[in-house]
Amino acid sequence: MSTSAARSNGSATGIPPAPPLVRAPSPEGEITRMLGWLSLGLGVPQTVAPGRVNRLIGVRDDGRSRLWQRVVGVRELAAAAGIFSQARPASWLWARVAGDIKDLALLAAAWRRQEQRAGRLAAATASVAGITAVDAFTAARMSRLPEGVTKDPSFRMKASTTVRRSPDELYSFWHDFTNLPRFMAHLESVETKPDGRSHWRATGPAGMKVEWDAEVVRDRPGELIAWRTLPGAEVVHTGIVGFVSAPGDRGTEVHVDIEYAPPAGRAGSIIGKLFGEEPEIQVRDDLRRFKQVMETGELVRSEGTPEGTLARRLAKQRPAQPIEGSTS
Amino acid sequence: MRATVWSGRNKVQVENVPDPRIVNSRDAIVKITSTAICGSDLHMYDGYMPTMKKGDVLGHEFMGEVVETGRDVDNLSVGDRVVVPFPIACGNCNACRNELYSVCENSNPNAALAEKLMGHSPCGIFGYTHMLGGYAGGQAEYARVPFADVGPIKIENDLPDEKVLFLSDIFPTGYMGAELCDIKPGDVIAVWGAGPVGQFAIASAKLLGAERVIAIDRFDYRLGMARDEAGADDVIDYEQADVLATLNEMTGGRGPDACIDAVGMEGHHSHVALHAYDRVKHATRTETDRPHALREAVMSCRPGGVISIIGAYGGMVDKFPIGAAMNKSLTFKMGQCHVQRYLRPLLDRIESGEIDPSFVITHRLDLDETPRGYEMFKNKEDNCEKVVLNP
Repeated sequence: MSTSAARSNGSATGIPPAPPLVRAPSPEGEITRMLGWLSLGLGVPQTVAPGRVNRLIGVRDDGRSRLWQRVVGVRELAAAAGIFSQARPASWLWARVAGDIKDLALLAAAWRRQEQRAGRLAAATASVAGITAVDAFTAARMSRLPEGVTKDPSFRMKASTTVRRSPDELYSFWHDFTNLPRFMAHLESVETKPDGRSHWRATGPAGMKVEWDAEVVRDRPGELIAWRTLPGAEVVHTGIVGFVSAPGDRGTEVHVDIEYAPPAGRAGSIIGKLFGEEPEIQVRDDLRRFKQVMETGELVRSEGTPEGTLARRLAKQRPAQPIEGSTS
Repeated sequence: MRATVWSGRNKVQVENVPDPRIVNSRDAIVKITSTAICGSDLHMYDGYMPTMKKGDVLGHEFMGEVVETGRDVDNLSVGDRVVVPFPIACGNCNACRNELYSVCENSNPNAALAEKLMGHSPCGIFGYTHMLGGYAGGQAEYARVPFADVGPIKIENDLPDEKVLFLSDIFPTGYMGAELCDIKPGDVIAVWGAGPVGQFAIASAKLLGAERVIAIDRFDYRLGMARDEAGADDVIDYEQADVLATLNEMTGGRGPDACIDAVGMEGHHSHVALHAYDRVKHATRTETDRPHALREAVMSCRPGGVISIIGAYGGMVDKFPIGAAMNKSLTFKMGQCHVQRYLRPLLDRIESGEIDPSFVITHRLDLDETPRGYEMFKNKEDNCEKVVLNP
């Protein structure tokens, strides 16, 4: 089979890469940045003026507690640096959680000495406990993002196949977006609107519904179509499909390049479930189905895979025996 | 309908399953009149082929009568008598247009599974693992035949089933094995394996003008059939004789000009230790295939000769004598048979009386007796060579 997928950016086809992504800031991202500022805000006075901080939170101000303030302050500064410098600072958030627990232990030790101003100490303890909760919550959210997404700013899928039809024929079929659900496994429908925009409906496993609006950003008849989602889309992505004559009467090479924004929250879990561990397989499957439709006229179905090529069917094949009541 | 169902290693039974229906517009439903057990069915019976599933209907050699056609099948009509080739091929893709039907690019909906093991996927095959499509097979009363407008050949004469049934697989497979040898006048061809495919490789090598054909096996009755029916000039029992030395002696020290491996992944070796080595690796799945015949063919072949592989392999082999192959300038040709390419010319040869493929049949059973057929064929009981089943 001539279907292939790759992550490399090199292009021998002359087809440009997917248009740049316009990313919406994720809520976790904002909280994380806030926590970074908080680290900075605590770390600086703790390192520079530990005595004042001691008095502020109601801890006895002596050499030992000043030393501890400085130690904690340096740790806060390190956390801030880590959070601001990394794209996905989940590990620094977990470091913050560990630090918070240490702080609570220090405060507990201060309580036992029973010589401080109890009101201020209680306020400080409550603050640290609250921050610990926020840190732990955010760290957990950040850590829960699907495999392969945490380190990359976005994820990208490239796949290609060769189809025994002309570039014009393939372009025309693809350009009528209402045809796409015939070979894109997760698409329910695509409606095109008079202004050139389109509305897409997809269904994931377990019947999850996702919808988005998209617009065409480049369109060269017989050569390529590029699109991107409009603001408000649950699954933010851009993509391009290009059609290039294959050498020696071999038909047309079809190259697809899709880039997804870093998923977060509901969209993240949807993408994670839609694509599983190998996002390329889904795109490759869609291209395989596209090839089947364009070359043979319809999806190829077996008893083991009655829906036609489908990644999640691979692991859960039906037995290869006729299906009760199936009919044309 | 009744169908032969795989339910685990060494377990097949005839069960009632739903009747097949038209699913794709290019499908036909065939009421099966004759079907057979193939040597490659034993690889699944023995549990050596990955991606089988309990409940799979087996069988890829079958023929019968068309009882229903999809709306895009215009070359067949209800009542037509057809033989169905085992590779499912669309006829539209680049591979099919080049008559490489067994590597059709569209007929395996589970191509992603095969790509894991092979890089690219071959075609889908009836009743032959989920990696190769997950299609219900033909050891049954009925079968759905996808791409019926491309594959099946109509039998428009009154030749009995037994003479044309093997067009579905083993006759074209053996024939392609001989054709790949590129036989020239004076050529000596050695054939490992005198099972049904080996018999047709031998017979085809003679049809294609080989000077001498030498058959290699360990069962007297199979070697007898090779000599008396298929037309082998010499036979070697590899448990009685050293194959390399004997072939050298038979060829004036040159070695055979071409060697056909009609054994495949479950080969045996006369040397107990060597057989045990591969048997253990095979059984523990650290090697998927036992390539005894292939190793011996590589060692025996004359420098500059051809190795033609038509015995079925599934995955990886061990201790392959690539040094011998490379330094002796051997040419390797192989493949699952592109059956569709051979249907018409081989039917012509049958019609003209050049060959009667029914000579391999030793047992005729009712479909209900299929489990016994598998056991007999596997254990070579009662001199079993080929079992034909009648639903």
